[in-house]
Amino acid sequence: MAMTMTEKILAAHAGRPEVHPGELIDCTVDFLFANDITAPLAIKEFEKMGVAQVFDPDRVAFVFDHYVPNKDIASAQQCKITRDFVDGHNLPHFFDVGRSGIAHVLLAELGYVVPGDVFVGADSHTCNHGALGAFSTGVGSSDLAAAMALGRLWLRVPESMKFVFHGRPRPWVTGKDLILKVIGEIGVDGARYGAMEFCGDTLTHLTMDERFSITNMAVEAGAKNGIMEADDVVLEWIRPRARRAITVYRSDPGASYVDVREVDVSTLDPVVSAPASPGNVVSVREVGGVKVDQCFIGTCTNGRIEDMRLAARVLAGRKVHPRTRLLVIPATPAVYRQALDEGLVQIFLDAGAAFSTSTCGPCIGGHMGVLADGEVCVSTSSRNFVGRMGHRGSKVYLSNAAVAAAAAVAGKLVHPDEVVRDPVPV
Amino acid sequence: MAIRGKAHTVGHHIDTDVIIPARYLVTTDPAELAKYVFEDLDPSLRQRIAPGDVLVAGENFGQGSSREHAPIAIKGVGISCIVAVSFARIFYRNAFNIGLPVVECQDVQARVSEGDELDVDLATGVIRNVTRGEAYKGTPVPEFMLRLLTAGGIVGYVRAELARERQ
Repeated sequence: MAMTMTEKILAAHAGRPEVHPGELIDCTVDFLFANDITAPLAIKEFEKMGVAQVFDPDRVAFVFDHYVPNKDIASAQQCKITRDFVDGHNLPHFFDVGRSGIAHVLLAELGYVVPGDVFVGADSHTCNHGALGAFSTGVGSSDLAAAMALGRLWLRVPESMKFVFHGRPRPWVTGKDLILKVIGEIGVDGARYGAMEFCGDTLTHLTMDERFSITNMAVEAGAKNGIMEADDVVLEWIRPRARRAITVYRSDPGASYVDVREVDVSTLDPVVSAPASPGNVVSVREVGGVKVDQCFIGTCTNGRIEDMRLAARVLAGRKVHPRTRLLVIPATPAVYRQALDEGLVQIFLDAGAAFSTSTCGPCIGGHMGVLADGEVCVSTSSRNFVGRMGHRGSKVYLSNAAVAAAAAVAGKLVHPDEVVRDPVPV
Repeated sequence: MAIRGKAHTVGHHIDTDVIIPARYLVTTDPAELAKYVFEDLDPSLRQRIAPGDVLVAGENFGQGSSREHAPIAIKGVGISCIVAVSFARIFYRNAFNIGLPVVECQDVQARVSEGDELDVDLATGVIRNVTRGEAYKGTPVPEFMLRLLTAGGIVGYVRAELARERQ
């Protein structure tokens, strides 16, 4: 039977020659992780399961990223639960403040996920890793606890949808714009329970950083996973970091899809998701002029080095608008260091931005940039639900890093062309 | 398994941020989380919920974050079951894992009003509206999910799996 990449990976991990959409399967897990918010609950459930040790200490990671450095006593107490568990079980893959970053970016960077894996994380954006040709999905804390105990997880084999991107993106149009465009078309539940497979000639123009921001947001269309074939770009990126053997799966020509969408990106302008749904997607020109109080560049969606470079290209020699605040938060210590080495941090500071250590903070209205009633933020994150970044009366526009940086300079939403008159081709 | 309770209705695409805002994710205690449930959706909703009540929702209930604190907060405030047109997948799993049953039903949101008395049969998926004298055909809860519920959620299920492996 012809199968999709997703089906092939799941079949291999269920010990079956083939699997079909809708089937419930028991799947082995190659690697799993939880963060500082989801780990304490996973640990609490794990300890009720009557098992002394995790199934394989070498396949479990804990990554502190949401409320770190701890924002208050309560969050510090939560982190302590995880630290104590890590110590008690002698777990080697633990990432605490200073050596930690946003989990999805950090774990990929360090080679913890490789093509062909089944990777599970107690964080919805775990679908991020599909850009490497892996099956990667987010689960809740109890599911994670079950996988910690058993090394397996039950899964429903998802129906696959195919998205074929054609053409070369114009300047200031990034992977983020492509995925927002798709979510705008199919809606926030357009791929509910499904697998989103991304392909097409456009991908050859996209680096790993841009590809990750596409699969990262598959969950925003309701998908179980997003996935791309491990092509030369992927293999060149992953080989020096991979901690396990790589297996490349390709979808068969006759594989079945519940939907196939062709997306011409050659005429696309940068887009934003207007409040208060990631599916509320419009061209940035349509909302040009909206006054902005805060801009935020960072997160698992867009806190990678290319996002830093894109922002710096807009900000170089310019100043953040006097009535606007700009926060720039690199996703990992490696991105931080590289931004320093390349002189990008200097550009951010000269522009008047706040530049900080890695954290999810502002994305979830946690700390480091919480919004007041009525405030508007342009954010490179992935969600703009009511109250997401602060007061329920605040509003969030989701965008790429260039749009967020341009909004910071202009003090309002604008196409980056209006700030940078002679754009270097992106 | 049958459940009876008064309905509370909410809309489509209710996300986990409005179910329990991230600023409260500094505890895993159900009673503590229940104090803030639906705060950014309708701050008065939690005060109207009595133990055993049923939540009725539209499409894609529970979209967004994987936070299990969302179904825990809903269960913690006393909701015995959620009936929705559809559920976001992580929320769906989380709910069963913590022992909160959820049922999918196309008609329920359009037909049920706040305060209606509902009778939910998980195995058949039939929802009887006692107040209006109507019945709606939902999707029967899959056998596997019923097994999870009777095992007391995923913890019980894993304990049984481990016992089976040891034999």
